Amino acid sequence: MAKLHVSTTINGEPMEFLCEPNDTMLDALRGPLALTGSKEGCASGDCGACSITLDDRLVCSCLMLAAEAEGHDIRTIEGMADGDKLHPLQRKFLEMAALQCGICTSGMLVASDALLRKNPRPSEEEVRFWLAGNLCRCTGYDKIVRAVLETAAEMREAAQ
Amino acid sequence: MTDLRYVSPRTLDEAVSAFAAAGSAARILAGGTDLLVQMRSGAVKPGVIVDIKKIGEMTAIEETADGGFRIGAAVPGAVLSEHPRFGKVWPGVLEAINLIGSKQVQGRASAGGNLCNASPAGDSVPAMIAAGAVATVQGPNGRRELPVEKVPTGPGRTNLLPGEILVSFTLPARPPGSSDAYLRMIPRTEMDIAVVGCGVGLTLKDGVCKDARVGLGAVAPTALLVEDAARALIGSRLDDAALNAAASACSAACRPIDDKRGTIAYRTKIAGVLLKRTALIAAERAKGN
Repeated sequence: MAKLHVSTTINGEPMEFLCEPNDTMLDALRGPLALTGSKEGCASGDCGACSITLDDRLVCSCLMLAAEAEGHDIRTIEGMADGDKLHPLQRKFLEMAALQCGICTSGMLVASDALLRKNPRPSEEEVRFWLAGNLCRCTGYDKIVRAVLETAAEMREAAQ
Repeated sequence: MTDLRYVSPRTLDEAVSAFAAAGSAARILAGGTDLLVQMRSGAVKPGVIVDIKKIGEMTAIEETADGGFRIGAAVPGAVLSEHPRFGKVWPGVLEAINLIGSKQVQGRASAGGNLCNASPAGDSVPAMIAAGAVATVQGPNGRRELPVEKVPTGPGRTNLLPGEILVSFTLPARPPGSSDAYLRMIPRTEMDIAVVGCGVGLTLKDGVCKDARVGLGAVAPTALLVEDAARALIGSRLDDAALNAAASACSAACRPIDDKRGTIAYRTKIAGVLLKRTALIAAERAKGN
């Protein structure tokens, strides 16, 4: 059977790719699209390492067929920095050492960004609940949660 | 290379045709949070995937003329939670749907998928049963409606006929003094599967329970409508005697399994405990309505 041809928008750029009907969005990102920032941890929607946004909504790219991207707007970790200028979350994660091996980091960043877009003033509890679908097996979550809270405070200040 | 076919029709008629033509090899794709996991594990090997999300009715949330709600089968939990009024009228249904999985899963998973996946522990199902929700399904022989509690027949099995697709849920208008609630027992705070789930919808007038429905999950091969528990609540002021009677009715309705999440004895007892707590939350909410 012929491959499917998909036209979509990724990080603001129109993109086209070919995929098998059973390829996941994560397969397409890491394969033909060569965007390997999204990671495969569990491939069953439990770990969040493959987090992306689909029409601004946080989803696991491992739980989405690549064919479903047709006509939609996808954003990945690769679209987070503005050229060489890191997003405040990325900068704060580095400053506060909110990562160790890095496998969970792009998912953590994409999920945290989705939170701060929806809620610029989250409580610690709200951050912890929001990130419950992102598993880290190295650092524990404290540094990550603190980095998100500090970034939120910094972004609020910058917006004033 | 694979012999799988993916189709994403724009109309329900096209979807039904494609789904019916492919027979038992076909699978419906809404949020995919169960289907893609099942495909990955090899538990299902579909020949055709019918993605229903380009069909307007499947993703719509409408307020019906009589003041109820119609929710498309593929509406994700996150979308429903952003509706300005749904969560005020049906807070229990919404909290049940929003308990399913992480934020990522909420971005895709739907109550329709939760019902059709037919896990006995699906969180939205007891809440929908307590709400008196009616499922609309469409197949090669047209459209029909059935109460949510009539949809699942056992783990992974439903009453849907070959070629039939779940289209939407219809929730009735609420009289003054009504509300609902859903509680589930899990051994942690988040991201787990119900050991017991309990939904209660009720209507109070001058402190007396005029109407009630009780749904239980994870205590039988399907989610249950527990009419004896509702009868124990109706006519009472939700005093201890009525709550105890309803709790006993819930425990009596249980036909659970023993597994790593809970024993038969534990689930049976907790079903009653949850009924009391859930009914009181629903009653507290109803007072403000």
